[in-house]
Amino acid sequence: MFESLSSKFQGAFASLRSKGRLKSGDIDEIAAEIREALLDSDVAVTVVDHFLERIKSRSTEALAELNKSTNPANAVFEIVSSELIEILGGSARRIRFAKKAPTVILLTGLQGAGKTSLAGKLAKYLKDQGNTPLLVASDLQRPNAVTQLQFIGESVGVPVFAPEVGNGVGDPVKVAKNGLIFAQDKLHNIVIVDTAGRLGVDSQLMQEAKQIRDAITPDEILYVLDAMVGQDAVRTALAFQEGVGFDALVLTKLDGDARGGAALSITQVTGKPIMFAATGEKISDFDLFYPDRMASRILGLGDIQTLAEQAKGAFDSDTAAKLESKFASGEDFTLDDFLSQLEAMKKMGSMSKLLGMLPGANSGAMKKQLEQFDEGELVKTQSIVQSMTPIERSEPKILNGSRRSRIAKGSGRQVSDVNSLVERFSQAQKAMKQMRGGKGGGQLPPGMGALPNIAKKIAPAKKKSRSGNPAKRALES
Amino acid sequence: MALFSKLLAKIRSSSTSESDWAEIEQALIESDLGAKNAREIIDLAKKSKGDQIDVTIADSLASWLSSSPRELAKHTERPTTVMIVGVNGTGKTTSTAKLVSHLQSEKRSVLLAAADTFRAAAVEQLQTWGSRLGVEVITGPANGDAASVAFDAATRAQELKIDYLIIDTAGRLHTKSGLMDELGKVRRVVEKVLPVDEVLLVVDATTGQNGIVQAKMFMSSVSVTGLILTKMDGSAKGGVALAIERETGTPIKFIGTGESAKDLQVFDAERYLDGLFH
Repeated sequence: MFESLSSKFQGAFASLRSKGRLKSGDIDEIAAEIREALLDSDVAVTVVDHFLERIKSRSTEALAELNKSTNPANAVFEIVSSELIEILGGSARRIRFAKKAPTVILLTGLQGAGKTSLAGKLAKYLKDQGNTPLLVASDLQRPNAVTQLQFIGESVGVPVFAPEVGNGVGDPVKVAKNGLIFAQDKLHNIVIVDTAGRLGVDSQLMQEAKQIRDAITPDEILYVLDAMVGQDAVRTALAFQEGVGFDALVLTKLDGDARGGAALSITQVTGKPIMFAATGEKISDFDLFYPDRMASRILGLGDIQTLAEQAKGAFDSDTAAKLESKFASGEDFTLDDFLSQLEAMKKMGSMSKLLGMLPGANSGAMKKQLEQFDEGELVKTQSIVQSMTPIERSEPKILNGSRRSRIAKGSGRQVSDVNSLVERFSQAQKAMKQMRGGKGGGQLPPGMGALPNIAKKIAPAKKKSRSGNPAKRALES
Repeated sequence: MALFSKLLAKIRSSSTSESDWAEIEQALIESDLGAKNAREIIDLAKKSKGDQIDVTIADSLASWLSSSPRELAKHTERPTTVMIVGVNGTGKTTSTAKLVSHLQSEKRSVLLAAADTFRAAAVEQLQTWGSRLGVEVITGPANGDAASVAFDAATRAQELKIDYLIIDTAGRLHTKSGLMDELGKVRRVVEKVLPVDEVLLVVDATTGQNGIVQAKMFMSSVSVTGLILTKMDGSAKGGVALAIERETGTPIKFIGTGESAKDLQVFDAERYLDGLFH
């Protein structure tokens, strides 16, 4: 999300940086660029203008002060960043648990926002934290929404209360109410109620949502919002706020390239925070929403924190410790280590998603490269390494022509593929040796260790390395 | 023209202030036309004088509309094949059902292919519609191969000498290249049996500027022939569809306005443009 937005910001700040001392005209100029970027990102016009007022007044006020600092452009950047974080909801908010279980969560939103999928993701997330959620199928409108929830419940191992088959038959208020009673009986500590999608202008269905709300007095009402939504977002969100009310937002479909400016608008206009974000089709593609991380993503700094956490989760502590001690003791990094890294990386999810979190990833050139990233490359590389003997893996130097051709045959690849892998590997090994002298990166796997330092620098778009693939290289230039 | 009554009242009064222009710009942007398109209209309006303004603007908006045919393709000697594609949650399955109802009202026979083998219960959702509308639905195993379902359906459509085959596909984000390739495969496999005559991209009227990228990506993987603009019964204006038409030349063919099978209208340019600024 926010991708184009960040590349525009990066462009704007790069030109600001080249200026050195700032005049108030410079600030107007950058404000105009930010305005265009935000509008293209579907941020509501009024929110954009309000945002820019604040940026302009804060920057102009601090102009003298700004010019005293060593890098005035960065100081303006800091102002923009802090304002963005503020709009996006300040610090992250968590689910408020009821004093007396069960905690009741009601999901609302437009048709197609992703409520039912989200219900499953939320249930899994809460279950993994040791809760005993119950899903309640109160969407009796959309054909087979109930069946969909049952399938999802089954796949995440969460029971589903679904007394009605739906498809336009049954009373959703009664289902919600009985679901709550069922949960109390069976000692579920959380109840998640999925409801039918409805339009903000549909007063009859809004009335029904209100009745469901009043029947179960939820502890949290979550408004589910499609990240792709446009200028209508504010109007509809206000209609829901007035109609049924909500406590927080959940953003869905963040794995696309939608810039998600609507999220900014709604948090600004309703004052409600974004609590969760859904980032993919897999049930596990779900996380808390972190305004500071999103702001740094918008500003092109990348989402290093999320990346680090995913890396930590994917590398079991043994592997990580082994790699780390190896790294510290000055032992050579072998193809076996490389293979276990590859496997861990695959566990972390799609490469393009991971790389998208890196600083500069959203700049034009890098983005293009990301879009062209072939997920199959990982599998190919893996198959080549797996076709090597243990000795070859620890001492790639012995890989002569006949060994290489055997490996190529074994992995179903060309000898040139093997050559290029070995070449890239020996370069990586060299780089590792050099890095060992300098600063390593704590828990992160080798090769990624130096990244957080880049993030701190508030660097403009990093110059990308040239692709090893000639076809890709041709496309880049 | 009625569509710019508010806009024109402002412009006609000899002293259009900066804040008036800002207000007009806001109205244009809020229809999801896009900031660039909005500015272009404002610039045009500023240049035109008096009575000419509405004609100038109306002409220029009309020129943004695609000149490709808006009627659904129709073949008499073989089944006409229609693929329904789009990102998640735009209303593909519902639109498929509406299209069936529309074709039935024209006394056409229809066969459905449930090629959304990915989303839980999507097949069942289409089957429910099928039995409501009295139309046979070809299905395959859950998480099975979408292309093989489509292939079976195409074969069946030919056997039955059906008028229309409609293939409902799984929602996919246009950024997932693997899934986009799969869509191309569905098309190629169907074309071993029958030519694909229409690929309709379902666009949600609430979608913002991302809709343009969506359309471009779908066009490049399955050559979209038209748009179905859904959820036009809400408060969203669906201006992004005009931006898409302008950018890609793909015409809006149908407008979806509700959850029942009857809630589908053939695109009416004047009504649509009118609605943008209300």
